[in-house]
Amino acid sequence: MQKYSIFSLVKNAFSNHENWDLAWKDPTPKNEYDVVIIGGGGHGLATAYYLAKEHNITNVAIIEKGWIGGGNVGRNTTIIRSNYMHDDNALFSEFGMDLWRKMSQDLNYNVMFSPRGIINLAHSDAQMNVYARRGNSMRLNGIDAVLLNREQVKEIIPMADFSENVRFPIFGGLMQPSAGTARHDAVAWGYARQADSMGVDIIQNCEVIGFDVSSGKIQGVRTSRGNIKAKKIGLCVAGSTNILAEKLNMTLPIETHLLQACVSEPVKPVLDKVVTFGAGHFYISQSDKGEMVMGGDLDGYNSYAQRGNLPTLQHVLTEGIAMMPFLSKLKMLRTWGGIMDMSMDGSPIIDKTHIEGLYLNCGWCYGGFKATPASGWTFAHTIAQDRVHELNAGYNLNRFNTGHLLDEKGLGTKTWIS
Amino acid sequence: MLHIKCPHCGMRSQNEFSYGGDASVKRPELGKEVTDEEWNNFVYNRKSLRGKHWELWQHLSGCRQWIKVERDTATHEIFNTLKANEEIS
Repeated sequence: MQKYSIFSLVKNAFSNHENWDLAWKDPTPKNEYDVVIIGGGGHGLATAYYLAKEHNITNVAIIEKGWIGGGNVGRNTTIIRSNYMHDDNALFSEFGMDLWRKMSQDLNYNVMFSPRGIINLAHSDAQMNVYARRGNSMRLNGIDAVLLNREQVKEIIPMADFSENVRFPIFGGLMQPSAGTARHDAVAWGYARQADSMGVDIIQNCEVIGFDVSSGKIQGVRTSRGNIKAKKIGLCVAGSTNILAEKLNMTLPIETHLLQACVSEPVKPVLDKVVTFGAGHFYISQSDKGEMVMGGDLDGYNSYAQRGNLPTLQHVLTEGIAMMPFLSKLKMLRTWGGIMDMSMDGSPIIDKTHIEGLYLNCGWCYGGFKATPASGWTFAHTIAQDRVHELNAGYNLNRFNTGHLLDEKGLGTKTWIS
Repeated sequence: MLHIKCPHCGMRSQNEFSYGGDASVKRPELGKEVTDEEWNNFVYNRKSLRGKHWELWQHLSGCRQWIKVERDTATHEIFNTLKANEEIS
């Protein structure tokens, strides 16, 4: 594989950039693989990369119904953080933060990781207490957390609404300085390019039609491009998890829901942090191109539409304007939607299943993008070793049976309905 | 914007309704021995498929009645609505 560097850039400039290698090949599927990963999104591509890199398993195919990176890895708001209170979430996410910091070097691909910090705003004394508790839990797990008072927040984000008599006054906030953003498409492309270079087949336009299971063991997958035998199969299909689960006669604690995001027209640099509204569900950051990148609540009903509906957008942007009134002056540039695999306790599932050789990676809710490297790393371990790693032990499927829910928000079942 | 025909009030905008999830889910019979698996299925496990889906909505800013709606989860087309006590045929 051609290494990307200043030297290769200069060298290729002499031939008008016409002789670059393809970043990944377009192979026809073989009859059999050691591992087939279904889903060519961030998590699937990362899983294949870590299977090859960490476990030396390279007879691997990724099969993708559309094109790689066309789902949620290309549709998110690029936020990366590990500001969780519960140990299982905190340790998993912080392990991921380490992978993010090294990712551009590791993949020889600039993923534009920008650890600009995230601030969760608090709008009451009670919320400040909750944030103090969460911040302390984070620090006990080795994650950076700073509790800010109103004046400190005002110094960092003066454009937020600090006027008197507002409905949701800003009391302060919890900041994780090491959190940030990254270029989401580059993450997919970087993993794809490296996985391909180590021998992984990336097979696009290949839809799963069914599975071959006999005597409780996975034998292969039937696709629109022929049958493929596989010793092990991993599902990484986010919002389409239920569609594949039905083909396997499984019913999962997952519902598929629609989440929208939007960007404004580009403006000059105004916001150098990720900020979340504490009295509702709204988050914002500014992209390198100057667009304000915003998102918030689900549309609220089961959906596979991958496109949004106006009432939710209006609701989300009303919160945004309550938090930062200048947003009302901006024109909207684009809105879009993606379909989320909402788990019943708000935490993901990375586990083996009752079918031998079939592995499950789903339930990422709103937080799939930031988990990309840690999810790929632990899922690769789970597949290669046929046992979960201690980092994803808490993300087991059986927790819904036993009652050991990983309920970060403390809201109980169907956390998104509140 | 979805337009939902409330069986009590007629056609109204989505803004008047709140969502209540899969309407085909049945609570295990009271007074009967319930296994962990049955309870787990009732509380957590959902088919949530692409295509036609019977679901509960509440006409929260209208008559406040719960209703059943048959809607396509991919196209958002609404085929049918029923009162809460009417059986899905």
